Amino acid sequence: MTIQFNEETFRDDYTFKNSDWAIQRFPFPFHEDSYMYSVNMEQHRGGPEGSIYEKRFDVDEHYVAEMRDRAMVLADDPLRCQSLPHMTLAGWDLLELIMVSKSEDYPDLFELHRDGDQWRWVNKPLGIDDTFTFLDETTLPYGPMEYITRQAQGDFCVLDQRDDNLWMDAGTVTTQADWSLDFDIGMNFFEWHAPVPLAHEKGIFVRALKFLLNIQQGSPARRLNWTMTVNPLLDTSPENYHKWGIQKTTITPDNIGQKQHLRVELQTFFRLPRSNALVFPIRCYLCNFDDMMTMPKWGRRLHRVIRDLPEELATYKGFIDNRPMMLDYLAKFDDGLPTSPGIWPDKDSEPPLQA
Amino acid sequence: MSKFEFPQSIRSRPVWGTLEPRAGKHHLMIADAQGAEAILDVATPELMTGAHIIFIAKGTDYGDKLRALNPAQYYEGPSYEAAASRIQRVLQDAKMSTQVYLSGTESLMGQAMRECTNAGIPYTAVQTEHRGSTARRMQCVHCKGITEDVAIDPFVCSHCGLNLFVRDHYSRRLAAYQGVCIDAEDPGNVPPSKGIYE
Repeated sequence: MTIQFNEETFRDDYTFKNSDWAIQRFPFPFHEDSYMYSVNMEQHRGGPEGSIYEKRFDVDEHYVAEMRDRAMVLADDPLRCQSLPHMTLAGWDLLELIMVSKSEDYPDLFELHRDGDQWRWVNKPLGIDDTFTFLDETTLPYGPMEYITRQAQGDFCVLDQRDDNLWMDAGTVTTQADWSLDFDIGMNFFEWHAPVPLAHEKGIFVRALKFLLNIQQGSPARRLNWTMTVNPLLDTSPENYHKWGIQKTTITPDNIGQKQHLRVELQTFFRLPRSNALVFPIRCYLCNFDDMMTMPKWGRRLHRVIRDLPEELATYKGFIDNRPMMLDYLAKFDDGLPTSPGIWPDKDSEPPLQA
Repeated sequence: MSKFEFPQSIRSRPVWGTLEPRAGKHHLMIADAQGAEAILDVATPELMTGAHIIFIAKGTDYGDKLRALNPAQYYEGPSYEAAASRIQRVLQDAKMSTQVYLSGTESLMGQAMRECTNAGIPYTAVQTEHRGSTARRMQCVHCKGITEDVAIDPFVCSHCGLNLFVRDHYSRRLAAYQGVCIDAEDPGNVPPSKGIYE
């Protein structure tokens, strides 16, 4: 196998770590030295070799550990995976999309053998070899959406399209930035985004919805979103906020470089063929400040972005209290030099940090 | 009683209207407490010939006035829970032309609205009018328990005992607002409760 899967945890002792490879391909989300909401959509048709954009569903060194973490979350709280009754067909669509994509993009890790509706799925990293009848739920151990999303990194929201709107009618959500599928299931696009500040007034959601309603089969789209998380905790759910919220107060000037993580979501959007639903995978990448600072450009830029971020956004993203400590840390990595445009680290062309 | 003007809020928060008579042979009217006043305001003899009024008195004495409207069917129940199976049964047989009117507390309207959508009536086709208490039906996002009649913020979850703050984020499926732990990052530091709209 080409990928060495990490033995690591996203809870308790937090042994999660990024290899140099993972740091270099981390999706740093800021293409310039400031940040404001925008409809930052682009085609999801590959990207630079080795980048997280290259494959339809990126698989990395955290795959096996993330799937183990998901299984634990679902065992604790089955409500994190729900599908309203009309969404089963969309679940099959999603299963097909992921199986076909992964077996084509990672033939050394995944195999799909199809003979009519008799399908055999081999997932080598997770040790799965299942044969089932496509569109027959009784031949799988879970519903189709749950079955395949237990084998795919990132959260998955499956959106029904009707009445010129998108409806959050199914999903598997265990690595979320503090929102509840159980509460939001059944809501339309504007309703589930209701708590987001500023973006409604800027017309972001009206334009984003218009774009998403028109996504066609075979033409997926993508964007990046971000927030901050203390400790590499995947399950920052509102359900468990009374347990993990306290961790935000454990940051000190000594440990912030290791504990404070930039949490980036690669959001992609695929039209599903039979159901005409839209699947919205939200893949979470974590990188701590110390690792990020190994890229001089990212050090300079992150300081400027966090410093100048409007207060509403720092509050909404949950790090307003820790912002001063973040800035004390980040300022040391900002020598005032200009940065190159775009998100890539440009390690060969960006000057090292000036003393 | 004058109507309460809810402050502008986020997009998931329901917006209540004012009941108006609509054309139709069948009129299902569900109200609690002061919600009776909205029915008294909208009622016409013509409407009443096809009306089924379901009223949850909650200690008020509007019953006689509602009965005096001479609706085709009248039911008065002690609680929403007690009336729920009746509402489901009525909706099961509701004809295409049935108009639905909901009035009273947000809890009553939210739960009855949910029954309507479960029965296949789009929520946009259901008329509503808020009257009476502004207390909310709250779901604790942590234990999932529902606490009824929450008038203060923060409040204590009646199931798990966590201190919760009252969000405007609302789920039609749960017919409830969301309550989230207020002292997760500083246990025990709970500000004094005040009225939700104070």
